[in-house]
Amino acid sequence: MDVLDLSRWQFGITTVYHFILVPLTIGLAPMIAIMQTMWVVTKKDHWYRLTKFFGKLFLINFALGVATGIVQEFQFGMNWSEYSRFVGDVFGAPLALEGLVAFFLESTFLGLWIFGWSRLPKLLHLATIWLVAIGVNASAFFIIAANSFMQHPVGAIYNPDTGRAELTSIWTLLTNNTALAAFPHTVAGAFLTAGTFVAGIGGWWMVRNMRRAKQATDVAEAERLEGEARTMFRPGTRLGLLVMMIAGVAVIFTGDVQAKLMFQQQPMKMASAESLCDTQVDPNFSILTIGTHNDCEGVTHLIEVPFVLPYLAEGQFTGVELQGVQDLQLQYEEQFGPGNYRPNLFVTYWSFRAMIGLGVGSLALALAGLWVTRGGRLPDQKWFGWLSIAAIPTPFLANSAGWIFTEMGRQPWVVHPNPTGVDMIRLTVDQGVSDHAPATVIASLVAFTLVYAALGVVWFWLIRRYTIEGPLPHDVHPPGHDEPDDGRPKQLSFAY
Amino acid sequence: MGLQELWFVLIAVLFTGYFVLEGFDFGVGMLMPVLGRGKDAVADTRRRVLLNTIGPVWDGNEVWLLTAGGALFAAFPEWYATLFSGFYLPLLLILLALIVRVCAIEYRGKIDDPTWRRRWDLGIMVGSWVPAVLWGVAFANIVRGVAIDEDKQYVGGFFALLNPYALLGGATTALVFALHGAVFLALKTGDEVRADAVKLAHRLSIPTVVVAGVFVLWTQLAYGKGWTAILVAVAAVALVAVVALTRLEREGWAFVFTTVAIAATIVLLFGSLFPNVMPSTLNDAWSLTIENASSSPYTLKVMTWAAAIMTPVVLIYQGWTYWVFRQRISTHHIPKSIGLTVGAERS
Repeated sequence: MDVLDLSRWQFGITTVYHFILVPLTIGLAPMIAIMQTMWVVTKKDHWYRLTKFFGKLFLINFALGVATGIVQEFQFGMNWSEYSRFVGDVFGAPLALEGLVAFFLESTFLGLWIFGWSRLPKLLHLATIWLVAIGVNASAFFIIAANSFMQHPVGAIYNPDTGRAELTSIWTLLTNNTALAAFPHTVAGAFLTAGTFVAGIGGWWMVRNMRRAKQATDVAEAERLEGEARTMFRPGTRLGLLVMMIAGVAVIFTGDVQAKLMFQQQPMKMASAESLCDTQVDPNFSILTIGTHNDCEGVTHLIEVPFVLPYLAEGQFTGVELQGVQDLQLQYEEQFGPGNYRPNLFVTYWSFRAMIGLGVGSLALALAGLWVTRGGRLPDQKWFGWLSIAAIPTPFLANSAGWIFTEMGRQPWVVHPNPTGVDMIRLTVDQGVSDHAPATVIASLVAFTLVYAALGVVWFWLIRRYTIEGPLPHDVHPPGHDEPDDGRPKQLSFAY
Repeated sequence: MGLQELWFVLIAVLFTGYFVLEGFDFGVGMLMPVLGRGKDAVADTRRRVLLNTIGPVWDGNEVWLLTAGGALFAAFPEWYATLFSGFYLPLLLILLALIVRVCAIEYRGKIDDPTWRRRWDLGIMVGSWVPAVLWGVAFANIVRGVAIDEDKQYVGGFFALLNPYALLGGATTALVFALHGAVFLALKTGDEVRADAVKLAHRLSIPTVVVAGVFVLWTQLAYGKGWTAILVAVAAVALVAVVALTRLEREGWAFVFTTVAIAATIVLLFGSLFPNVMPSTLNDAWSLTIENASSSPYTLKVMTWAAAIMTPVVLIYQGWTYWVFRQRISTHHIPKSIGLTVGAERS
C-alpha cells in the first residue's frame, strides 16, 4: 500500500472509532440533564438514581471519546499537510472556534458536575450538566460546519498568488446549507443512539427485575424489585422511548433534506449510492443488487421500487432525470481533466442501505417498548429483554455507515468542487496527503489501531459491567447537598 | 501591532496557558510513583489524594492544547502543516501518551482491584512523562531551527530532532513540570502527603535550577535577542526563589514562582523565535515566518474577535472552577473506593 492508502485507512479507522463514542455523548448528555432536572423538580430520588446510573456510563464513554478526539485535532497536519495548507485559512477557523467555544465549556463544566455534587448548590450543579450538554452539541456544530466545507465549499475564494482557498465570510461558512442539513441529521442520529441506549438498558432491567420478583420467595424482596422496576426503570425507559420517537422522525426528515441537497451538490455520490450507471428518467430505487459491482459492468439489480428515487432526489414522483455514474465521469473528465472520479460503488451502495436499514433496530424497540409498557404495564417477557439488548448496537452501526457513506462518497475529492461555487476550490485526496515514507504511516496506523482496540475492549467491558451491576446501593440517596461548607474535614462526594 | 504579530502572541499565550496548567498535571502524574509508592491500601489512598488534586480540572487544562492546535491551524496553517507533518513521530508518541493518560485517570477507580489500578497507574505515569519530555524536545527544535526545504517540508528525519540542545530542552520541561507538580501538590494537599511533597519539591528545585538555568542561558546566547535577556533573568530568579520558598514551606508563593518560571521560559522561546515561526537550517530564505505562514487578514480578524470575546469568558469560568475546588485534600477526605469488583455481580 502507498502512503495515500495508508493515510486514508488511518483517518478512516481513527474517525470511525471516535464516532462510535461521540453520538452517545452528544445524545446522553442532554438526557442525563433531563433526568437530573426531573429529580430537582419532582424531588423523587429515583430520578437521582437514574442520573447517577446513566451518569457513570456517560463518563466511561466520555473519557474514550475525548481520548480518541485528541488525535483528530492534529491528524490533519500530520497526515494531510498539503490539504491543511490549501484549506487552513478556511478550515482552521471552525476548528479553533470549536476549541474556544465548545471544548473548554464541556470539559470544565463536566469536571464541576463530576466533583461538584456536594460542593455546589443544587441548581448551580444542575446548570453544569446543561452546559456540558450545550458544549457537546456546539462542538458537533463547528466540526460539521468544517466537514461541510469539504463537501460543499462556500464562503471562500481561491487566491492564485498563494495557491490556496481563503475565507471571505465566516457567516456563509457557518450557514452553509450542507452544514445546516448535516448538523440536525447528525444530532438526530445521536439522540436516537442515546435514546435507544437508555430505553434498551431500562427495558432489559425492567424485564430482569420483574422476572426476579416472580421467582423471589421473600415478599419484601419481590416488592422491592417490582417497585424499582416501576419507579425507576419504567420512567427511564419511557424517557428513552420518547427521545427515540422524536429523534427517529427527525432523522428521516433531515435525511430527506440532506439527500435532496446531495443530488444537487454531489450527484456522483448519489448516483453511486444507487449504483445508477446510466443517466435515466425516473429510475427505480434499488433495494438489492448482487455482484462485486465496484464497476458498472458487474451490477445486477435484483429488487427495485419505482417512484422512490425521483421523490428522494427532487420531491416529485415522476419526470426526474438523474445522471448516471458513467456520464458524470465523462463530464468530470471534461471539466477537471483526466482521472477517475468514481467513488467505490460497492461501499457507497451498501453503506447507504446499512444506514437506513439499521434503523429497524431502533424502530422495533420503540414499537415493542411502547406496546409492552402501555397503560402502566411492567413487561416481564423474555423476548423483550433480548430485543432491548439487541437493539442497542444498531444505531451505533447506522451512524458509522452514514459517515462512511458521506466520506467515501466524496472520493476522490478531499474538497469536493461546488457546482455553483468557485471552480478552483477543489482538491483530490492524492494532492492533500503528506509526503511521508510508507513505514512512518504504517507505524502510526498500527499504533493507533492497537491502542484503540485495547481501549475499546476495556470500554465495552466497563460499560457492560456497570450496566449489569445496575444502580448502585450507595447512590440511593443524594449526598448532603445543602450542608454548609464549615471548613471541617468532610469526605469528597466523589474521588477518582 | 499587526494581526500576524497579535496572533503570534496569542499562540504563545495559549501554549503558556497549556504548559502552566498541564505542567502541574504532568508533574502530579510523574510523581505519583514517588509520592505514592507502596503496595498497600494506605499507599493507594495516597495515590488517590494526589490524583484528586487535579481531578476536576485536568480535562479543562488539556483543552488549552487542543485550542492551541486549532488556533495554529486557523492563524498559521503553514506552520501547523510543517510542524505536525515534520515532527511526526514525537507527536505520535505524545498523542498515544495523552490517549492512555485520559483513560487511565478516568478508569483507574472504576474497578476495585489492585492489579487493575497498578496498570492504570503505570498509564498515568507514562502518559505524563512522555509529553513532559517531548514537548521540550519539540519546542527546543522549533527555536533551534530544523531542515526545512523550499517547499516548506521538514526533511531532517527523526534522529535529527534528538540533538543536545533539544534533549536539554526535554530534560528542562520534565524537571520544571515535576517541580511545578510537586509545588502544586504541596499547595493542594494536607497532612503527611503535604510534608512529603514539600520535601520532594525542595529536593527537585536544586537540579531544576541547574538544568533549566543552562537551557535558558543557551537559548539566550544562541538564539536570543537583547530584550529576551530579561526573561532569562526572570526565569532564573523565579527558580532560585522556589528553592528558598520550598525550604520555608511557603508553597503558595513557590507555586507563583514556578508559574512565572514556566511563563518566562515559554515567552523566551517564542521571543527568540520571532518573527520566524520555524526557521530553516538549510537556507534562511526557506524559513517559515509570521508573514509567509499566516492566514489571510480576514481570517485573522474573525479569529481575533472570537478570541477577544471567548478568552475572558473561559478564564473566568476556569478560574471559578479552581476557586470551587480550592480546599486542600488529605487522606481522610478520600471516600472508600466505590469501584466494582472484577468478578461476580451484585446479587
